[in-house]
Amino acid sequence: MLYREAGQFKTSYAADQQLFPIRQDRIGVLLLLAVAFVGVPLLASEYWFSAILIPFLIFALAALGLNILTGYAGQLSLGSAAFMAVGAYAAYNFQLRVEGIPVLLSFACAGLTAAGVGVLFGLPSLRIKGFYLAVATLAAQFFIVWCLTKFPWLSNNSSSGVISTQPIEILGLAVDTPREKYLLVLAVVALLALAAKNLVRSSTGRAWMAVRDMDVAASVIGIRLMPTKLLAFAVSSFYCGVAGALYAFCYLGSVEPDGFSLDMSFKILFMIIIGGVGSILGSFLGAAFILLLPIFLDVALPAAAGLFGLPFSSATVSHIQILVFGALIMFFLIVEPHGLARLWQIAKEKLRLWPFPH
Amino acid sequence: MEFFFEVLIGGLLSGVMYALVALGFVLIYKASGVFNFAQGAMVYLAALSVAGCMEKGAPLWLAVILAFVIMTLFGIATERFVLRKLVNQPPIALFMATIGLAFFIEGLAPLVFGSEPRALDLGIVDEPIPYFLDQWNMVISKFDLVAAGVASVLVATLALFFQTTRVGRALRAVADDHQAALSIGIPLQHIWAIVWGVAGFVALVAGLMWGARNGVQFALTFTALKALPVLILGGFTSVPGAIVGGLIIGASEKLAEIYIPPVLAGWFGGNFGGIEGWFPYILALLFLLVRPEGLFGERHIDRV
Repeated sequence: MLYREAGQFKTSYAADQQLFPIRQDRIGVLLLLAVAFVGVPLLASEYWFSAILIPFLIFALAALGLNILTGYAGQLSLGSAAFMAVGAYAAYNFQLRVEGIPVLLSFACAGLTAAGVGVLFGLPSLRIKGFYLAVATLAAQFFIVWCLTKFPWLSNNSSSGVISTQPIEILGLAVDTPREKYLLVLAVVALLALAAKNLVRSSTGRAWMAVRDMDVAASVIGIRLMPTKLLAFAVSSFYCGVAGALYAFCYLGSVEPDGFSLDMSFKILFMIIIGGVGSILGSFLGAAFILLLPIFLDVALPAAAGLFGLPFSSATVSHIQILVFGALIMFFLIVEPHGLARLWQIAKEKLRLWPFPH
Repeated sequence: MEFFFEVLIGGLLSGVMYALVALGFVLIYKASGVFNFAQGAMVYLAALSVAGCMEKGAPLWLAVILAFVIMTLFGIATERFVLRKLVNQPPIALFMATIGLAFFIEGLAPLVFGSEPRALDLGIVDEPIPYFLDQWNMVISKFDLVAAGVASVLVATLALFFQTTRVGRALRAVADDHQAALSIGIPLQHIWAIVWGVAGFVALVAGLMWGARNGVQFALTFTALKALPVLILGGFTSVPGAIVGGLIIGASEKLAEIYIPPVLAGWFGGNFGGIEGWFPYILALLFLLVRPEGLFGERHIDRV
């Protein structure tokens, strides 16, 4: 009874087609945005901004990008970190080489550059599927990182490809404290997340899902596979590219190509598996889970070991982290293949009926 | 020209090492349709358990037997606790589960056996054979030749096993169609347990070879990344494909590493080493555009 959508009648097409047709969802999203934009900046400390909130939002955006490709269009990719790298380096070069380009415009251009590269590496998806494609995306992962390391022009001749990003300025206001960076990242991520939410319920999103469920059947009912798959690669890489630009400019400030490793791609993949494949909310839940788990283990494991008087080294902690990651992935795939997002849905259904179970 | 052949032969021999890992992938894929990303981690686990047992004072032969037992038990446990629960899930879900498995092993193995790099001595010396050095002025390692021999014996055994034995026929039946195999009375779960056992054995052989060559260390898990383009090139379902693919990849990446960077440096200036890292993938990718099912893979017909 806490949550009921019965009785909300729609009297116009516009009302029926809005992004959040249920009143509680609308209020919930507005509340969430209000807390994120107003409440958090007032309360959170510097550490929270720069160590937890900013990376969380950036990885959620990257996971969102991968989720569009893998969760909605069904094309497994192991190269998301490489597309983030493209975004980061493209934004840096636009800032460096185009006189007076606004930061946000350079982020958008970085996204578009990543989208272009994504389409290029998405081309094989027209001929190959499944594992073959997953391995093909590994080509993107290794090739792009190698290119960024070896072509000095891309990193403005710095040694081993390390770039230090330019200061951010928007409409004459300098964005340099963690709080301001957080607000910038939050605005970009919120905007792109709503856009994604809108996109996946449109005819494009439906076409993606049809291709995911069975591409031969989709093409039989008149969905053109080539534009649909390539668009999925483009949109997904755009999101990853913007995430990469934010990662470089707002989170680390200085990045190197090797930072965008295969491990990072796997991390993003784990986020969508644990959060929920084919769910916008799931990308955020998964990102939060994957980022918080190591922090939690770092604190909890030595404490637990101390309790039992066991010897403990930092190497052991990192091994246990990897082990727990792997175990969790298998656990989620077996027990709840739709991830945390599905658990949230179940919770909502329970709340709808509470306190009467029928 | 001699240099060219030296590089070529060196590449072919290292390709054999890739093929050793690729074989494990092919076996599991053939028999259960699972693309086992954890094969590289299994190679690591196998090498580490041999090294771990030897550290405890076991002689080599005992350590190998113990490692074989560990790998078999591990394979059976994987089948029992992970894959059996995921029956009827889409193949991509199974693939992601094996990525999870790979991480699990990479965390577990060093916890049990310790993570410091170790040398593994099989009693084969990694030195050039004098005959080739004197007659042809080529450096060809004795170790590489032994590895090639081991690989060919392994492939011959596996081919015989698949073609002629009862279990081999059952394996091929299961690979073709789970349900049909089940309905004519083939015990699916036993077959899968056997497959994982055999894959564990192949991982052990690869682990011994790679471990003796590069030392037993975490980098062994990256052998899987070397084997993936081999698989794509050869086709996921073909044992000979794994060998031929391995040879092509090994030879071409070594040749590319020698001959392409100077060209690039001539155009752009600078140092372009490290092409080995991505060249096999791009090669496999280009190849896929022409033949999506690989060299020896079965042509797949889609039905709605």
